Amino acid sequence: MTDTSDEKALLARIRAGDKAACAECIELHSPEVYRLALRLMRNEAEAEDVVQETFLSAFKGIDQFDGRANLRTWLYRIAYNTALMRHRRAEPEQVPVDEAADPEEGSIVPQALFDWCCLPEPELDRAEVRAELESAIQAMPEKLRAVFVMRELEELSTQDTAAALGVSEDVVKTRLRRGRMWLRERLAGYFSLKAPAMEDLNYD
Amino acid sequence: MTDVTCHDLLDGLSDYLDGEASGQLCAEIERHVANCEKCRIVVDTLRKTVTLYHQLPQPLMPAEARERLYKRLDLAEYLPKPK
Repeated sequence: MTDTSDEKALLARIRAGDKAACAECIELHSPEVYRLALRLMRNEAEAEDVVQETFLSAFKGIDQFDGRANLRTWLYRIAYNTALMRHRRAEPEQVPVDEAADPEEGSIVPQALFDWCCLPEPELDRAEVRAELESAIQAMPEKLRAVFVMRELEELSTQDTAAALGVSEDVVKTRLRRGRMWLRERLAGYFSLKAPAMEDLNYD
Repeated sequence: MTDVTCHDLLDGLSDYLDGEASGQLCAEIERHVANCEKCRIVVDTLRKTVTLYHQLPQPLMPAEARERLYKRLDLAEYLPKPK
């Protein structure tokens, strides 16, 4: 739903306890909340739990929604926080390897300079390449992945992504830049193994 | 106008690919890439990476999961009938 007045009317009905309005909200937003949850949790059953908890929390706390963000962004924020809590609950003592280093810090100098962009289109448009890409997204450090999924796969604006994650717009831009470079690096590694005869340069 | 270095280019690359870089930065990046094969590869492969992930199919919520969602929220009677 993009129309602000429609969204306000829907919110008013949800606040009034109108169950049909809650169902409309689920129809509108559950597909995108599920996609986000799946990318964050990397597991269908966990994603389903996150979606359920997100809508439960949202309807329960609908009076706290102040309307500064849109409904979709607010739901993303709840889903993201729910996913984060589940990760922490699952591994309370562990600092994930990818979180040990701050994703905003350190070098993003490309290491793999295999020029795969000019491979024939059939080489690139294959299920195996798509699977590699999905697996690379899943392996992306968590903070980069959350930004990447919202900005690039769910097409949220920088401003809405920042609001959903509770970070500044500059942080969103930095993490997106790093996430993209991270994926490029992974794909370069993948394609260089697939076509080892092609030249691979070093970046210095 | 100063020349962009390889490292300057990396900082501006995302904005450049999104069409959000200033005209001056675009010109500098394009001039640099024309003379730097390594950066040319990074720009081209990054652009292709973006194209590839934008073509990924979106995962769908399974119908059973949707049903369980409606049920958990005590909204089972509002679950839309399959079209």
